[in-house]
Formats: sequence, structure tokens, C-alpha cells
Amino acid sequence: MSNSDLNLNLDYKELGLKVGLEIHQQLNTSRKLFCNCPTKIRDDEPHGEIERVLRPSQSEMGQIDKAALIESKKEKNYVYQYYNDTNCLVELDDEPPQGPCEEGVYTAVEVSELMDMHVVDEVQVMRKMVIDGSNTSGFQRTMFISQDGNIETDYGDVRITSLCLEEDACKKVRDEKDKVIYCVDRLGIPLLEITTEPDITTPEMGKEAARRIGTILRATGKAKRGLGTIRQDVNISIKEGARIEVKGVQNLDLIEQIIKNEAIRQIKLNEIKKELIERNAEVKTGTQNIVDVTELFKNTESKVIKSALKKKGVVKAILLKGFDGLIGKEVQPNRRLGTEFSDRGKVIGGVGGLFHTDELPKYGITQEEVDALKEFMGANAETKDAVIIVADRESKAVRALGAVLDRAYEAITIGIPEETRKALEDGNTSYLRPLPGAARMYPETDIPNIPISDEFVENIRNNLPEMPKEKLERFIKEYDLNNDLAKQMVMSYHVDLFEELAKTFKVKPTLIATTIEATVKEIRREGFNIELLKEEHFEQLFECIENGKVSKEAIVDVLKGFVENPYANVDKILEIKGLSAMSEEDVVKEIKSIIKQNIAVVNEKGMGAMGLLMGRCMANLRGKADGKLINKTLQDELKSIVNK
Amino acid sequence: MSNNNCLENLKTDIGDLVEITTKAEADKSSTTYKGNIMPCLKEDVIMIKMSSGYNAGIKKEKIEEIKLLSKGETPKHVKTDLEINKDKKLKNISIISTGGTVASRVDYKTGAVHPAFTADDLIMAVPELLTIANISGKAVMNILSENMLPTYWKEVAEHIEQEVKNGADGIVIAHGTDTMHYTASALQFMVKSNVPIILVGAQRSSDRPSSDAALNLIASTKFATEGLSGVYVLMHGENGDEYCYLHEGVKVRKLHSSRRDAFKSVNAQPVAKMNMLSKNKKTNEKDYKIEYLADERKLKQNIIDKNLNVQINTKLEERVALLKIYPGINSDILKYYADKGYKGIVLEGTGLGHAPETLFEGIKYAISKGLLVAMTTQTINGRVNMNVYSNGVELQKMGVISCEDMNAETALVKMMYLLANYEFKEAKDLMGKNIAGEITEFSVIDLN
Repeated sequence: MSNSDLNLNLDYKELGLKVGLEIHQQLNTSRKLFCNCPTKIRDDEPHGEIERVLRPSQSEMGQIDKAALIESKKEKNYVYQYYNDTNCLVELDDEPPQGPCEEGVYTAVEVSELMDMHVVDEVQVMRKMVIDGSNTSGFQRTMFISQDGNIETDYGDVRITSLCLEEDACKKVRDEKDKVIYCVDRLGIPLLEITTEPDITTPEMGKEAARRIGTILRATGKAKRGLGTIRQDVNISIKEGARIEVKGVQNLDLIEQIIKNEAIRQIKLNEIKKELIERNAEVKTGTQNIVDVTELFKNTESKVIKSALKKKGVVKAILLKGFDGLIGKEVQPNRRLGTEFSDRGKVIGGVGGLFHTDELPKYGITQEEVDALKEFMGANAETKDAVIIVADRESKAVRALGAVLDRAYEAITIGIPEETRKALEDGNTSYLRPLPGAARMYPETDIPNIPISDEFVENIRNNLPEMPKEKLERFIKEYDLNNDLAKQMVMSYHVDLFEELAKTFKVKPTLIATTIEATVKEIRREGFNIELLKEEHFEQLFECIENGKVSKEAIVDVLKGFVENPYANVDKILEIKGLSAMSEEDVVKEIKSIIKQNIAVVNEKGMGAMGLLMGRCMANLRGKADGKLINKTLQDELKSIVNK
Repeated sequence: MSNNNCLENLKTDIGDLVEITTKAEADKSSTTYKGNIMPCLKEDVIMIKMSSGYNAGIKKEKIEEIKLLSKGETPKHVKTDLEINKDKKLKNISIISTGGTVASRVDYKTGAVHPAFTADDLIMAVPELLTIANISGKAVMNILSENMLPTYWKEVAEHIEQEVKNGADGIVIAHGTDTMHYTASALQFMVKSNVPIILVGAQRSSDRPSSDAALNLIASTKFATEGLSGVYVLMHGENGDEYCYLHEGVKVRKLHSSRRDAFKSVNAQPVAKMNMLSKNKKTNEKDYKIEYLADERKLKQNIIDKNLNVQINTKLEERVALLKIYPGINSDILKYYADKGYKGIVLEGTGLGHAPETLFEGIKYAISKGLLVAMTTQTINGRVNMNVYSNGVELQKMGVISCEDMNAETALVKMMYLLANYEFKEAKDLMGKNIAGEITEFSVIDLN
């Protein structure tokens, strides 16, 4: 297979693709999971901030977690921003937590029942160690609620492993060199975490399963909506590959691409491994194998190296025997084995970039320098050796290259290291951290266990929300929507608004549905910010349609008017847009006048003038009168003239 | 029934790996849980830790079958003995552990935080300590600070004497925060020493990454190498981790139930501040910069004979009570104390140091029975002055002593000390006078 061609025709069955999902959904509860603060995300200026450090601590089994240690090595400080009126000491970890929000527990059990799961009898709040600073305490509080359920998709069933109720982490504001700035507004918002078994066998099925779960979550009416309120993690493996956890897929449509690209990555890494073994490639790990080559670059023209040396940095190098040509090999579209190396260097050593001999001479590094480097490092052309260099502060460079050595060693020995990767916007993934182990959980001793009684579960079971399928049937029957529109409406975020409007106003539900779904999207495409449209705008609009104040032709303009003037009432909008509906009398008058102006055509064509006159009438009356009325009036008037 | 049988027949211990199958219900099939048995407070629930790390509780009555997969070991804290080489350039600091949050571990049986750390564990958890000083650890007791007793203060004082005589250049005492200021006061009266004695606690348990324990331990150990005299309390200065404050032991009080900066100097300012996050520009390492807010030379003065270095007097009269005044309080309680043989009462009066007329009879009775009665204020901040209102004048006439700007808790401990070591008349005279920094001459304007 050629190196650059990643357009493989993948036979997922043969590959043995196995995919599992982990879906995180924020709940729109009135309070946070462990304190009485509102679940409100803000973007105004925070009222204050504090700076903290976090240290790994021993778990109940007496081990220190691998993932936790890596974070601690980076020795960053954490700044937490807060709001005096919507945050409290619990979020700052300066007060013990309160018992879990009942509404959250209720919703967790409700979703469990909708997925036919088994709810445990006693819930224990656990502390999951996460010391990247995203939790002020250094751990995320999480509860195992239920297990062993099932959902149906068009491609087959997917078993649900577990459902957990946990607190969301802080919102990351920005990353600085020595500190990370977080905001605690998001910390503590209840999150449902739903994990599936690896029953998904194709990318399409992955997307479908995620959509199904999303539908169930929305059916509770407690799912928060908007960007970032649902996050999907995808676990992907192929038969001869390894389990890779991809974090943070925000967009449903990206799931397919992520799965496909990860399958390709695993195939390519296996190919590289095979080639490395054939070549007898060898990597010696450990910092003693990191060599100082600063001397060789004393007079370099490379800007990157020059600036590093200026800041009292050094140039360090490692030798990778048998890697020549493979570091530049693509493993995902536009990502190479070398990218995997530099990911590690970046995450663990905090260095911006590394250079490998596959890409040199380049970046101001000359052929002479490359030759000298290869010679100094003892790189042999026959055994196809490669060299990697990093220019940075000594401690960082050593840490980064140590991590690269480890990764290169894994390329020979295991091919695909099990790890957690970050979803990128183009459907690729990059290294985030090693897979976390089970040692990172221990009981939250500040909160007593929560018993889940049979009565509680039964009560929920008897009051389950309407599922989309039943809703679809009802919408067709009750509101006389056609199948497509009903389907669209059921899946819509605005389904509640639709029902409310359809029940309140004597307006054809089809008109309401198309307005909410289609018309709004149309004007968004024209560049209008439809986020500004609120429920009350729609209420005002349909009230006017109900009493004939506004014709349905004017809907687009009224909505645009609301976007432009979100605080104006409908009368003001009609005034601004010149849309005030005309009385029937005035309409007749106007039409009569139009006929009069075009009487020559009428005389010549008789009823055949209808089309032309209708165009003229609409030009003058659009939005001010109902189209049907115009049509009927024109026809009547014409008839009476022609018949004369 | 079958499930009961299987539960009773099968002997399972904490840590065992088991597989539990639940009974099928009308509308639901059974399910299987696999995990290690964990301690559970409820008799009718089995709690297991699954491989995911989560714990799940299943009611025994819902279990169809429970299979023992393998016997396990009870999870326990791994303990390692420390072998530390002395660095001659560093000072010798002795960390005395008495328990409390700073030295706490989770008790998985009751689910509560309990003191279980030894001083060695503290060093293991905070290896930075070894770059600051030669550390020797000593766990002298293991109690929560609400369980502290005056007799334990004596024990601590004796350990301090021993450690200083063995060559300690400074003492750090890990202590629960609830009553840390009582212990600090007691040590200030009982121990005269030229080496610093620094009490340190934590508000958030040391088993969590966000604990304030590590930074407080680092800061207190560093201060213990500073050659100060006297007893101090070290805690966070704000609810971030930016700085810690060193407070005089007799002037500090816990003023918040949970915040990291719960301890504040009352009617005084902290004596020093340590910056916990600032870094040395050259090495990029944290430099723990100290800034003295009080007169550094005075803090470092020898307070006893230099050759002696430490001197203790642990005699205490424990029959002393602290009583808070409230509207409607009557004289019975004072009579009770007097009849029970108490030797002194510290009142926490209202405002400038007042007590209602309903208490006058009791106060007179107590004083006539030979009790020493002294007045502090429940406003916490500010000085007692019983000359301003007639009520105060009346109390003074009865023989109630003003404690000036002394903390009520400090006054209680001081009275215990005075009554055990001085004749009544002298004790009464000293109660309202400064003997160890507990009363300041003038009231500072700016407080922290």
C-alpha cells in the first residue's frame, strides 16, 4: 500500500471494528448537583478569582494513578474565576458538598428506565481523580446509577453498559504557560454519562446510536440545549488494534469521520510496526539516551533553534534506529507518525515542536547540519536510522524527548498504544493522556449513600415521558401534520414551543411547524441571528395571525423584524416594516384601482389578464393582506368586468 | 429462601471478588454485577467496587445468586518506613503529629475522615519538606481536635521539651483545626523556648488533591527553621493558595467552619506572610518568600536562657469554665459551677463586657465562694471596657476582672494556668495583665 493514500475502501466487518460510545449530557436542573447554585453559564466579567495548586494523593488502594501523575509533573497553577451571585464556597472547594440534587437523580433514573436498565439499590458518590485542574477539589464527584440496558437502531441493537450521574467540570477560559484559567460557573452542573457496549460495527451505526440516545435524553425535557451541553466520547478498536478513547466529539456528524479515521490510523500504525520489525528497528528508552547536540547548531540559521538558544535553551537529540522514512508516513489525513511523536512531546514535555530527519533539511536547518547531526548521533543509512531533535529549556527538552522515546518504543513493541485522544475538528485525533485506570476512584466521604427505593423507581416507570415514536403518531393525528413535518417537529429542539403555540392559537399547526422549523432556518441562512428569537416573539406573531392582523405572507418579515429589534413588540415591528394588515375594504379598493390602471390589458385579454394582475396586486399588497383574499377579490372583480 | 441460603452459606469478606446475580422481576430480566466487596454501613445491602472503580449497593433481598470468584485482601493503606539521611547544612525540625485533618485518612468503614497518618506519612505525602530541613516525625497521639483535653496539652508540651533537648531547631505540631487555638494558647503559657513552636492544620482533608495540608506543612516547616521564639499558628491567608499567614498562638481564632483561611488574628495582625506560589526567576522553582509583618528582631529574641533553650510548666487548674452570656441567662448555672467546686469562670459578655442583672446574683455567689470571674467579649473583635455603662461598673464592683482585648478561649486557658501556678490574689491580678502576648496595650486600627 502506498504511504499517502488513505482513501482505503474499508471493510469494517473484516477489520473487526468495535465502537462504544460515552455520552455526556448536561441537565437543566434548577440547582447544581452538590450545591444550591443555579446551573447557569455566564459570559460577563467574573467577580473574582483565586489561584490554587493541586497535588496527586494516594487512592484507597494505596496506588498513585498514572494519568494523575503526568498532570502533576506539569506543575501548573490553576486560577478559578467566580461570580458572587451564582457561585458559592462549595464550588471553590472551601465548603463540603451538599446532598445530590433530587431532580438530577430523578432524571437519571428516568433515562435508565427509558433504556430498560437496572437501577442499583444504593448509590455511593465516588471521587474520580481528575487533576488537570478542571475540578477545584482535584476530583469529579460521580455516581453509578444503573447498568445493563438496551437501545434499538436501524442497524441493530446496542447494549447500554452503565449510566452515571456526575458533576460537570469547570469551563476552561484559557491556557497560559504556567497556569490554566478556569471558570467555576459550569462546575457542578449535573451530567448524565451513558456508556454503551462496543456493539457498534460501522461508522453509520455509531452516528445512529448517538442520535438515538440524544433523542431519549431530550424526551425527559431536562436535557440542556445548545453548543457544549452534550459531549460524545468514542471508544474505537479494530481486531488487530487497541482500544482508543476519543474525547470531546461535540458534533454528531463528526462521529462517522472520527471512527473512520481512527480505523485508518490503527491500520497504518500496524503497517509501520510490521515494517519496523522487518528492519530490526531499535529504540533505547531512558533519559541517558538523550544527547546534547547544542554545539552542532551554534551557528545555525534556523529561527526556531536560534531563539531557543537565546533563551538559554539547548538542543537535544535522540537516535531511532530503523525509523528513517517512517516518521513522515501518514497515519491519518495530514497527520504522520512524527505528529504522534510531537503530540507526546507537547503534552508531556510542553515543547512546541520537534524536528525529525525525515523532514530535514527544512525550517532553516541546512543539509550540512543534518549530515553533522546524523554522524554525531551515529545514524546509519544502511540500517535506515533517523534522528529527532528538540530545542528548548533543558528540563523540558529532556522530558519531551523521553516521552518521544517511549512512544517510538511503543511503535515497535505494541504498534498502537492504548490511550485517550482528543477529537479534532477535521475528524482526526491527537494524543491527550494514557487511558485512566480503575485506581482513580474512591468514595466521597462527605456525602452519605443515597438509597433508591422501589417505590421511587416504580413511580418514575409509571410516569415515563412520551417517546419520539409515540409523539410522531400523535402529531400526525392531533395536529394533522404530514409525516415529514411531524418527524422534523418531534426531533426539533422547539417541540415544546410548537405544542404550546398549536394549543394556544387557532392557527393551522402546519403553519406553526413550518414557521418554527423551515422559515427560521431560511432567515438564518440569510445571516439573521435567530438566537435572538424568543418564545414571546412567536406568541405575539401567531396571536396576530389568529386575529388577522398579520397575513401569513408577512411571517418572514416579522421574524426578521424581531431579530433586528428583539425588544420591540409586534406592533412596532409591523410599523417599522410597513406590514400593518389592510382592512378587507381597503384591499378591494386597492385591487379595483390596480384593475383600473391596467384596464387596457383587461379589455384585450379578459380573464387571461389574471396572471399579470395578480403579480401587480401582490407587489403592492404582499404582507398587508392574505394571498387568498387578494386572489379571490381580484377574480371576482375581473369576472364582474369581463361579464359586463 | 434460596437467596438467603446462598448468602448465609457463603462466607464473604471485605475485598473478596464476587459475582452477584439479581432476581428476575415481572418486567425485567436479571442482571449481574461483578466486583470486590466493600464495607457498607447497612446490614441489608451489599456494596461492591466494580472494575470501573464505581461502587454499587445491591439489596440482599434482591439477590438470586452470589458467587465467590476469588478471596481478596482487605484494601489498606500501604506504609513504607522512611530512611532519611541528615543534611548537615539544614536545620533539624521535629514534626509532632496529634491528628486532625492535616493528618487525616478516610475511614472506609464508617465513611468518615479519621486521623490515621503518622508523621512519616506526612513526609511521604510532602517530600518537599526534606529540602527545607532534616525532618523527624513523631506521632504522639491520634485524635480529632474536638476530642482534645487539657491533659493532652501537657503531653504535647512534654514532647516539645524532649524534642528540643534532643536538638530540634524547631517544632511543627500537626493539629486538628477546631481547637488548635486553645492548644496554641496553652503551649504559649506552658512552654518557654527559644525555638519556634508552630501549630499547623488543614481545612480540607489531605487525601484530596486540593488539600491545603501540603502547603501549610511546607510553610510551617520553613518558619520552624527561622529561629523564632514562641508559639504560632500557621494556616492559609486566603482561600486561594497564594499565601499563608503566621499568627501569634495567643491572638488567633478559628472564624470560619470550612474555608482555608478560617484562622484570623483577632485584635492583632499576623506576624508574617509566606508567598506559596512565587517562583525564583532564575531556577523557576517556588521560593516560598517570607515577609515579616511584625518586628523580626523581636520575634527572634531569646526569651529564656540560651543554654537552656526550653523550659516547661504544665500545671493547669482544669476546673475552669467558659460561659457565653445571652438574653434570659439566669444565675443557676453559675451557682452550679460554684457548688461543683470550680475555681474560675470566664464570661463571654455582650458588647464592651456586660452581663444582665439576672446573672448578678450568681456572679456574687461564685465570687463569695472564692471563684475567679473574668470578662471577655462575644463580639470577638474589640476590647472589654467595663467603665462606660453602669452595668460594667456594677460588675467591676463585684470583683469581675476585665480581660482587655484577650480572646475568650485564650482567657480560659490562661485562667487554668494562673490558678494552678499562683496564689489566688496574684492570679486575679495577672488575669487582666499581659504575661505572654495575649493582651496588647493598644488596639490596632487596621486588621487583616
